[in-house]
Amino acid sequence: MRRIVFIFPILVFVVVGAFFAYGLTRDPSNIPSQLIDRPLPEFDLPAIQGLQDGLSTEDIKGEVALVNVFASWCVSCHIEHPVLMELTKANAVPIYGLNWKDAPGDGKAWLDRYGNPYKAVGDDQKGRVAIDLGVTGAPETFVVDRQGRVRFKVVGPITEQYWTDTLQPLIEELRRS
Amino acid sequence: MTPEIGHFALILAFALAMAQSVALFAGARGDDAGFAVFGRRSAIVVFALVAIAFASLMHAFAVSDFSVVNVYENSHSAKPFIYKLTGTWGNHEGSMLLWVLILTLFSAVLAAQGKAAPRDLHLLTLGVQALIISAFLAFILFTSNPFERLIPAPADGTGLNPLLQDPGLAIHPPFLYLGYVGFSIPFSFAVAALIRGKADTVWARLVRPWALIAWVFLTIGIALGSWWAYYELGWGGWWAWDPVENASFMPWLAGTALIHSVRVVERRDAMKGWAVLLAITAFSLSLVGTFLVRSGVLTSVHAFAVDPTRGVFILAILIAAIGGSLTVFALRANSLSATGAFSAVSREGALVVNNVLLLVACAVVFVGTFYPLFIDVLSGDKISVGAPYFNMIFAPIASITLALAAVGTLLAWKKGDLPASLKRLIPAAGAALVIAVLVLFLADRARVSGAFALALVVWLVGGAAIDIAGRVKLFRAPAGDSFTRVKGLPGAAWGAAIAHGGLALFALGAAGISLWKSETVVLMAEGSTAEVAGYEVTLKSVEPFSGPNYVAERADFVARKNGETIALSGERRFYPVRGMETTEAAIRMQWPGDLYISFGENKSGNGWPVRLFFNPFVHFLWLGAAVTALGGLIAFADRGKKPAKLRHRQPKAVAAEAAPA
Repeated sequence: MRRIVFIFPILVFVVVGAFFAYGLTRDPSNIPSQLIDRPLPEFDLPAIQGLQDGLSTEDIKGEVALVNVFASWCVSCHIEHPVLMELTKANAVPIYGLNWKDAPGDGKAWLDRYGNPYKAVGDDQKGRVAIDLGVTGAPETFVVDRQGRVRFKVVGPITEQYWTDTLQPLIEELRRS
Repeated sequence: MTPEIGHFALILAFALAMAQSVALFAGARGDDAGFAVFGRRSAIVVFALVAIAFASLMHAFAVSDFSVVNVYENSHSAKPFIYKLTGTWGNHEGSMLLWVLILTLFSAVLAAQGKAAPRDLHLLTLGVQALIISAFLAFILFTSNPFERLIPAPADGTGLNPLLQDPGLAIHPPFLYLGYVGFSIPFSFAVAALIRGKADTVWARLVRPWALIAWVFLTIGIALGSWWAYYELGWGGWWAWDPVENASFMPWLAGTALIHSVRVVERRDAMKGWAVLLAITAFSLSLVGTFLVRSGVLTSVHAFAVDPTRGVFILAILIAAIGGSLTVFALRANSLSATGAFSAVSREGALVVNNVLLLVACAVVFVGTFYPLFIDVLSGDKISVGAPYFNMIFAPIASITLALAAVGTLLAWKKGDLPASLKRLIPAAGAALVIAVLVLFLADRARVSGAFALALVVWLVGGAAIDIAGRVKLFRAPAGDSFTRVKGLPGAAWGAAIAHGGLALFALGAAGISLWKSETVVLMAEGSTAEVAGYEVTLKSVEPFSGPNYVAERADFVARKNGETIALSGERRFYPVRGMETTEAAIRMQWPGDLYISFGENKSGNGWPVRLFFNPFVHFLWLGAAVTALGGLIAFADRGKKPAKLRHRQPKAVAAEAAPA
């Protein structure tokens, strides 16, 4: 009987250790969006200063698209921007931009300098739409399906590898269904 | 050149520590004096080598040698010199090196002073230490080399996180590590005891000072961290149940249980299995804390940069150390038979209850800390466990533990007299009742919980005072006689009473700030006035200024209450190198509570968002922690009367001895 008691601590540790080992393979900062499989929240944003068209929910319906939250003050957006340019050049997927909390003129200056990969850009200067979308930081990207539902959310910059490994297969699957 | 010397010293230390562990285990089996001498001396040489490595890293920081990656990433030429030095351990690699430096220091001290210990116990303990040292040196060398070069060297570094550029945070990690790492020695003693199948009063007498000093350091380290969080983070709180805070608190709880149960082994030759298991648990939880901070399994404000290979490596160390020691425990704990029997109502019985409660408290913190990980693994859901869970479950358990502490210290060893002990506590109970009634009538809110909390404080202080008064026969013997007894009282008894009194003070602080804190958030322009806890606070002016490596705004406030005027000023600093902001809250430390003001950025142009707090009794948190640590230190200084060797030869006599302490 005593023996069994002495084995108990190691059994507890084996269970805890297994959780630790499995926990290492997961990323705690990767928080899933509450919007998954829900329609994109309704919004109708004005154009950013210097551009003609704004962005509303209606524009995004009809085909699989990306909605990308960006800002000129965002360092990681510098890393992501060339990838978005490549995607647009290759006609891979329509990308819509949400210019988040930028001072008037800064968004346009950014696009003039680095190129404009977006079909349309909405100006979310006050960050109201970003709150509806549950944006925690820039850049963030939402994958929207033909019915206008959010199907996936990317936190942080999209890299070339992330595109080929994750986003491209996902978009092709959404187009087929 | 110096970084290479440090790197080379570290490699040598690694090789030597591995050879040393083999020699020590071999030496413990036979009588070969050569192995034993080599093993003991190596402990000192390994320490010297790691000290050289640490000094060379510190040198690289001192002279801002940006050809070292670690210095480039964590330092900057414009940083004040003192923070260049303390920046040595303000990053993952450097802090691991400090960790190992302390580990080897303890081993060296143990190697040098081990004459009192039985030969095989001493060699086995040092051998286990050498294994731990080897594992962590391998971790540093293979995954976290602090001496890596960056050629060509950049012109300047990227700076130290400004939150860490603070005296509190410069000394908080070393104390914390002294505590964490200090528990490695009881751990090694426990494994050694299991290997040789014997834990006795001699063993306990050797373990107790190490457990106590580690516990004292950990107490101070945690208190410093909490103090820093209070004045630097500007949120008005002192403890957030963040995973990394919990990681330091769990070994503290297990260590607290250990210092109590090891006393039972020392005095009564009983509860050995418990003590050994607690010694293993305390250090295991230190290792789990290290894993938690450096592997990225949980999100925390304290986490270091995440690197998966590090997590895997530390997990391997964890499995080897904890899994190994617990396996030995499962196989060998049966051989640790107790000789001292005791009745349920006795000091030993009370300490068993204390141990159970502390372990339950520890389990509560453990479950709350790792629950998000368990849920993520089982179902993929992301959740977080907040302070309400911990407060709701932990506070009652802690209160019961503290309430029983007053009774336990009055019970005699072996067989206590509960009615007589309770009778002695009547004055404490009376005082507690009076304060409870006072709170019920006078407090403006939180009456019932406040009455309970303050009654507990008075009860605990009263219990400690009655304990000491009884031991010196105060009022029952002539004053001169009592005075002689005061001088003759063992340090362990003084230590226990003082530490318990310190915990009472701490509980007073915790109750004050959590039950009676006042808080207001307002938008203030220059000249406008707000009110908190009867104070009329005016924002006099906000002026920009620049410090050595930051630019800042200083806000001057004037607070008025009952004709008294208090001037306070707080700062909001911006560190351009890291692009980070920090706050220096405006704090007026005073009786009966702190006036605490932090302010934000004037974004709208209409004024500054200002948070005003009145935190009653908050100083008692840190005063209590300091007194508690002092109690531990006094108990540490008490080594008992008989030399250890004498006791070792007369185990029978020890077992029969049952005089109250």
